[in-house]
Amino acid sequence: MVLTADNMSLETRHLGFTMSPHEECGVEEAVRLIEANGGESVVLTLGPPEAIEQLRDAMALGVDRAIHLQTDGAEWDPEGTAAAILDAVRADEATSGTFDLVFFGNESADSGGYQVGLRVARALGRPAVTGLKGVKVEGGSVRCEQEADGGRDVYVVPMPAVLTVKEGLNLPRYPSVPGRMRAARKPVAASTPARPPACLELVRLVVPPGQGRRAELLGSGAAAARAVVEMLRSVGLL
Amino acid sequence: MTVLVLMENNEASLQTLTLARKFGEPLRAVHMEAVQPFAPDAIAAILAMVADDLDVSSVFAAGTDRGNDVMARLAARTGLPFAANCIAAEPVDPVTVVRQRWGGSLLEDALLRAPRALVTVPPYALRVTDAPAPIDVDVKPYLTRIEPADLQVQVTGHVVAAGGGVSLAEARVVVSGGRGVGSKEGFAIIEELAGLLGGAVGCSRVVTSAGWRPHSDQVGQTGTKIAPDLYIACGISGATQHMAGCKGAKRILAINADAEAPIMQNADYAVVGDLKEIVPAISAEIRKLK
Repeated sequence: MVLTADNMSLETRHLGFTMSPHEECGVEEAVRLIEANGGESVVLTLGPPEAIEQLRDAMALGVDRAIHLQTDGAEWDPEGTAAAILDAVRADEATSGTFDLVFFGNESADSGGYQVGLRVARALGRPAVTGLKGVKVEGGSVRCEQEADGGRDVYVVPMPAVLTVKEGLNLPRYPSVPGRMRAARKPVAASTPARPPACLELVRLVVPPGQGRRAELLGSGAAAARAVVEMLRSVGLL
Repeated sequence: MTVLVLMENNEASLQTLTLARKFGEPLRAVHMEAVQPFAPDAIAAILAMVADDLDVSSVFAAGTDRGNDVMARLAARTGLPFAANCIAAEPVDPVTVVRQRWGGSLLEDALLRAPRALVTVPPYALRVTDAPAPIDVDVKPYLTRIEPADLQVQVTGHVVAAGGGVSLAEARVVVSGGRGVGSKEGFAIIEELAGLLGGAVGCSRVVTSAGWRPHSDQVGQTGTKIAPDLYIACGISGATQHMAGCKGAKRILAINADAEAPIMQNADYAVVGDLKEIVPAISAEIRKLK
């Protein structure tokens, strides 16, 4: 991992962006629910202007419209992020009605704060279940499965509810060409919320020191099998 | 200064105490099992009440799924900031923390500006230190003060995982396959070696995306994080997100056709060549011993 000169972000000039795995499963689940039950799905992100690409990706999978809370690329702390999303959800619900379900990734792939979805749920006064690998709407409730102790814990909560999901919930589809063409014409509502002062304030990023491992070459090809078995014996695994 | 710790019955909670003790003594404990079945809002409600009554400087928990969940709920209901997955912290004003990002592939120095610090500690990051255990808080009086709304989210059942076999998270040996395995059927040789070593089968994200293995086999930042005695990575290049899941391994053996693959910089042992020849040869060699 390479940092920018000020150590405040990753050097991404030569990298592409993608939706994170947890969120991708959240999008897929929303699209499936609407396909099965009817209704409308909306995708929201807080991010720089380039994040429009990920919103288009979600709409190519079948999401109906997007909300883009645009930033200048500076770091937003979890409370600020939650507050901006809360405002946007409230504003949208005031005109379009209450969302039966709001999906979040369990944690963001980059900053890993583990809290934005729960903060939004609390402020909305809705039940929230985290880390889901299974979601099933049953009447006015949603049955949730969360990995735990060699199996899954089950929760049943009334809707509206907030669900945070993990990769493995489903296997997201690939966008089709017609899907991409439709996505280009779907509406995106953009706004630029003000960034509040951070209570959890990033000072600098640090690339952790390497684990100091330098691989000992045990050999090449099938002939190395004996050396591998020797190693397994020496470390007590055989 | 009193410090409150949310304890689970696991090693990660004992590791958490190492950091919590820096923030003062005595340590007082509330247990995750205080409300049965598990109800995360109810535990968060108890923590909030106890934290106020004991006027604690900080609240700690292990950075497990449940630990981060309950601490985020505590943060949301008290309006306090919360720093998840900290491997270091100093009780100065403001509190300084070192947090994991990208599943631990990157670290963040940060300031936690809060009248009460809420902190979790990721598993495998700190050592358990030999010191007195925290003193349990008597939670009985608090149980009667839990609001019905805080029991709306509560475990109502448990589905036992199908299968059996050795659990990926707890196996002493994990034999894992990546793109280099080539197909669903290609995993037969991976399964064979794992079976001979009494280990579990793992895989990289590209394998689950291709549908060759279930997501429950995936090792990585968004899969399972493992800490076996030995991790055997076959045909896995070693992307950052994969290494975030296996960096807890005591030893890594990389089997890869590409001697320059990133995993070679993170492995202890390497074999270069075609895994389709090497893996069966290792299995055959082990059979000779048995």
